[in-house]
Amino acid sequence: MSKVPMNLFYARTHEWVKVEGNVALVGITDFAQHQLGSVVFVDLPEIGSVLKQNKEFGAVESVKAASDLMSPVSGKVIEQNDEVVGDPEQVNRDPYNSWFIKIEMSDPKELDALLKPNEYEEISR
Amino acid sequence: MPDVKKTCLYDSHVRLNARMEEFAGYWMPIVYTSIPEEHKAVREKVGMFDVSHMGEILVKGKDALAFVDHVFTNEITSKPVGKVVYGMFLYPNGTIVDDLLVYKKSDTECLLVVNASNIAKDYEWIIDATEGFEVVISNQSDDISEIALQGPLAEASMRHIFDLDLSNLEFFTFTEGSLFGVKMLISRTGYTGEDGFEIYGPAPAIAEIWEAFLSHGVIPCGLGARDTLRFEAALPLYGHEISDTITPLEAGFKLFVRMDKPDFIGKSQLEQDLALGLSRKLVGFELKTMAIPRQGYPLYLGNREVGHITTGYLSITLGKPIAMALVSTDVAKNGSELEVLIRNKRIPGVVRDKKFLSKNYKK
Repeated sequence: MSKVPMNLFYARTHEWVKVEGNVALVGITDFAQHQLGSVVFVDLPEIGSVLKQNKEFGAVESVKAASDLMSPVSGKVIEQNDEVVGDPEQVNRDPYNSWFIKIEMSDPKELDALLKPNEYEEISR
Repeated sequence: MPDVKKTCLYDSHVRLNARMEEFAGYWMPIVYTSIPEEHKAVREKVGMFDVSHMGEILVKGKDALAFVDHVFTNEITSKPVGKVVYGMFLYPNGTIVDDLLVYKKSDTECLLVVNASNIAKDYEWIIDATEGFEVVISNQSDDISEIALQGPLAEASMRHIFDLDLSNLEFFTFTEGSLFGVKMLISRTGYTGEDGFEIYGPAPAIAEIWEAFLSHGVIPCGLGARDTLRFEAALPLYGHEISDTITPLEAGFKLFVRMDKPDFIGKSQLEQDLALGLSRKLVGFELKTMAIPRQGYPLYLGNREVGHITTGYLSITLGKPIAMALVSTDVAKNGSELEVLIRNKRIPGVVRDKKFLSKNYKK
């Protein structure tokens, strides 16, 4: 069974969100990394890019395939995780510490549309 | 999916916790641990693949060799018994029905090993071509299972586990020997660019051999690693580099097309193509910046679309993004600078040869 930490929000497209004040850290779930297999590349937006909720913002690529990343919230990209960019397999080893980007949220109310841990558990069995 | 078949190694794959997916009508292992780990096992030590899904079609009769030479691009009649020959079946329009290995078992018997996804199509196509030849064709795919043992330690493993000395078995030849008291066909062939063997036999004995390999530490490898390995060795895969819309000349496999044979199906079209000049060519392609080119991604020279990627990976052995691509002949020269479109971004790259790495075949 894949892990679903209690302190995060989840998107149906298998991204997780950790909220720190007005900032959202975004990564992919344990379920998603397991489905993908060995992650070899993450393609992330530049700092300053403006993202819209539920719109594609990049991709995570395993050996075999590319999967789109969907932004769980709207806002501006303020940081990329260089460690993950340099060592993408970290996503497989430790998905919930491998955030991809930090987003300065433009509308924190959008978080209400995301799934709670128990709801995400339901769809990721 | 009620009609999906299981190979005789299915239970072992499940026990080993492989990710199983339907492929060509069979439940096949895609990956056991991770594709890079399995890939490296084959490049550096020895790994094994369940390839029981492959098709085996037996051609028997007085005209067996003449018939195979009629339907096959390469040549078998002049070869010695015990030889394995790679080539293709073509449609009359020169495009490819399938690629295959022909095992010359005697002057009246050849075993054709074809792609799993094409078994039914190939069998029908062969039967349709038999008119005027004294041959009996039988599809033995359900009766023959197969393991591919691949990697630099393959020969040592066969000696160690089965006390079988295969050091004199040359590349692309086969022998029939007994393993666990059952007659098996063993060829020095493979689909990884490494030394190794392909072992064909009845299901129970193949299952026993698989378990013996496992208990001696041979790493089981799935179809995921099989594809990354064959790609780095620039070996074609039907549906990617070759298909019913591509000729073997466009794909650069002239070496396996004997234009000097009196005749074979598709030859006259290839002669015309050669006279007119080829409009497309299969090339190697290397990206200049980090991104991963995948099958189907279009290639551009300025605003002109000049081809597409047939297979691409972040090469596990080389650590850089490389691909095979089918492009217009005028941009197919090594050094030609093109762009590949990846998620609406143009990524620059350069046409190169397909020798991504040197193959470690038995000399």
